[in-house]
Amino acid sequence: MTRGLGGGLFAFSYALLFFLFLFGPLIIMVITAFNSSAFPRVVPWECFTTDWFGVLVRNERLMSGLWTSLAIGVAVVAIAVPFGLAGALALADIGPRLRAGLYAVLITPILIPGVVLGISTIVFWSFVGRGVGASYDTVFYNGFFLTLLGQVAFIASYAMLVLNARLQRFDPTLTEAALDLGATPGQAFRRILLPFMKPALGSAAFITFLASFENYNTTVFTILSGNTFTTALASKVRLGTDPSLSALAVIIIAVTLIGAMVSEAHTRRQELLRSGKAGQSRFYANPLSRLLTHPGAVLVLLLGVTGFIAWSASRVDANVCRAAILQEKQQLQERLMQEQRNRIQQQAPAQPATPSPSNNPSPFGGAFNPNSLAPPVQPAPPAAPPPSNNPSPFGGAFNPNSLAPKQ
Amino acid sequence: MNTRDVVLEHVSIRFGNYRAVENAHLSIRGGEFFSFLGPSGCGKTTLLRCISGFVQPSEGRVLIGGKDMRNVGPNKRPTALIFQNLALFPLLSVAENIAFPLEVRGVGRKERRKRADELLEMIALPGTGDKKVHELSGGQRQRVAIARALAAEPDILLLDEPLSALDLKLRQHMRTELRAIQQRVGLTFIYITHDQGEALTMSDQVAVMNAGVVEQVGDPQTIYNRPKTPFVASFVGETNAIPGAVMNQQGALVTLDTALGPLTGQSAGGRDYQAGERCTLFVRPEQLALADAPPATNAIAARRVNEEFEGSIRTLFLNANGVDLRLYRMNADASGPALAADGTASIWFRPEHATVLPADPSRSG
Ligand SMILES: Nc1ncnc2c1ncn2[C@@H]1O[C@H](COP(=O)(O)OP(=O)(O)O)[C@@H](O)[C@H]1O
Ligand SMILES: [Mg+2]
Repeated sequence: MTRGLGGGLFAFSYALLFFLFLFGPLIIMVITAFNSSAFPRVVPWECFTTDWFGVLVRNERLMSGLWTSLAIGVAVVAIAVPFGLAGALALADIGPRLRAGLYAVLITPILIPGVVLGISTIVFWSFVGRGVGASYDTVFYNGFFLTLLGQVAFIASYAMLVLNARLQRFDPTLTEAALDLGATPGQAFRRILLPFMKPALGSAAFITFLASFENYNTTVFTILSGNTFTTALASKVRLGTDPSLSALAVIIIAVTLIGAMVSEAHTRRQELLRSGKAGQSRFYANPLSRLLTHPGAVLVLLLGVTGFIAWSASRVDANVCRAAILQEKQQLQERLMQEQRNRIQQQAPAQPATPSPSNNPSPFGGAFNPNSLAPPVQPAPPAAPPPSNNPSPFGGAFNPNSLAPKQ
Repeated sequence: MNTRDVVLEHVSIRFGNYRAVENAHLSIRGGEFFSFLGPSGCGKTTLLRCISGFVQPSEGRVLIGGKDMRNVGPNKRPTALIFQNLALFPLLSVAENIAFPLEVRGVGRKERRKRADELLEMIALPGTGDKKVHELSGGQRQRVAIARALAAEPDILLLDEPLSALDLKLRQHMRTELRAIQQRVGLTFIYITHDQGEALTMSDQVAVMNAGVVEQVGDPQTIYNRPKTPFVASFVGETNAIPGAVMNQQGALVTLDTALGPLTGQSAGGRDYQAGERCTLFVRPEQLALADAPPATNAIAARRVNEEFEGSIRTLFLNANGVDLRLYRMNADASGPALAADGTASIWFRPEHATVLPADPSRSG
């Protein structure tokens, strides 16, 4: 097949591009998390540092949002999974003619845009709240509860889909057999159906938690004045980004990787044990190496390795390096200013320098600086740096002063 | 009244407009091995599910031990059903499967295990308690299902084609086994099958079903030798059907005018026929015999079409004036009357070995 596509080289470059596309941004993000530069970037590389993790953890808004998100996520799992299970069971038990209709109803929340769900949730519950004459400190106006309701409204459908897929493979005669042998419906449910659904319940819990945790569209409305992790993150990005977000990405990637590896270890071990091939493997013969194949042992091992790396990385003191960089920068600036001064003195020794807010690092060239709109009445301080120092990407073209007629 | 009796009183079961069971009216005595025999789709499973409580009768009622079972759930009935697919719990071990009825009753773990081991001993599978169900062979699973049902200590064991998934040898072995278990435990067995061999070998009583209707109930000999309807005659065992019209009747013996000449058989259930009525005469292949000299009654001149050797017997496929006939010949009788060299033969049967039934099935009852 690779030959048909033009040989190994083509396939190789294609695969390379593909993986670059997939993982390139992640790799760059991970690197920027350890660069001391105040803006997330790989070059110029300044100093290796783990300080951004500290900056991340000290961000109150983000951290309190994180706890809110976790709490909402757990609550959503606790509600959406049983709801999803109920939906899936209803679908399995209902007659074939009603099934299509019920399925459509259960699936609609996924198709409705999250924004609509968010807005309608607050509108509806404030309507109900007003109807019962509730005051603003009741649940009807509580961001946590509204977010819970708004998210459960559609996340329960995800859970339903996951559980429904598994339930379709359930043989309903097993439940009948249990009843026939004297079990109550509750016993048959707990002893026969639930164990069968366990893997799907696990996936459903995982998926609903993630869906809740990463949800923005609905949450941004329903959380009202509060904050979840995503809304805090979004408002932080709006105000300008710094490498602490990369640090966050590193943490998320690490958690995901560890989780995936532990889960893989779990499935492989189950498969080996079930197929009975474990007996043939030397790895399973020795009790110590056998213990190592346990997913718990894998988790402990991975956590240990990660912890060790984190610990040793945190011991690298970036201060010396950073001081050197700072000094270097100051020297550069000094030199540039000197050159500038020389140039100005040569060009227009008599003309007073324009009062430029050139120190403003804003990408808008200080257009929003209220002072910049004031007429330049005062005489400029003699040592004011010239506009060329303005780091604006637009070269100060939008600097209102640059449009002012030269006196 | 015996607690193990089952009575069906005019039971009809409908799914929408579809009539799955029509007016089943019969009683099953406690301790009996009772079979429902019928082709696939005739409503056997539905009837069994009605007895075990998963389906409610649309009309009539089910009595177990004299008690009306309406509004008694499957888990409250003294029945245990062995499902067509066995429905063993795949996530539980063999012992847990067998002890499940005890577990839901709150019997302690030790006691459960002890009872499971006893039952495993009984079904000749000792030491397999810790295996998973999928590690067992088909026949072993079959026996585990029986043990699990027996652990529930039912009065009535219902079996839905339990042997259909097994290969021939195992099936024959399990027939004997089932019958032995039934006689040992003394429960009422209600057994469903589409295999007439199973029904005839194991049962005390057989009910033959066709399209939701119970056509005949009787012991295996009666069902086989004295079918009451054309369906029973042709479904149970091999038979030759010879159509004709009634010429005359003398007591239980009816003579038909057929394409093969006048033939006499026994009227089913001593029924009276009118002259000229369209009827069918049924005679079993083993009741047909080659004749040395042309016999006095029921002589048929036939020509050999084909012949099959089946071990102990040989089947002769014959044709007599357009009617196909089948004749079984014991190979041990090879020295008896034989076919003529040109393949023609004179065959006959005793009138009391043939059954005359009305051709119109609606008039059979
Ligand atoms: N729950 C049901 N709903 C509708 N039709 C059914 C249902 N159960 C069985 N039937 C129909 O009843 C008929 C008899 O089925 P069944 O009792 O399973 O036959 P058997 O066991 O004799 O093969 C079949 O035609 C089947 O399609
Ligand atoms: Mg069936």
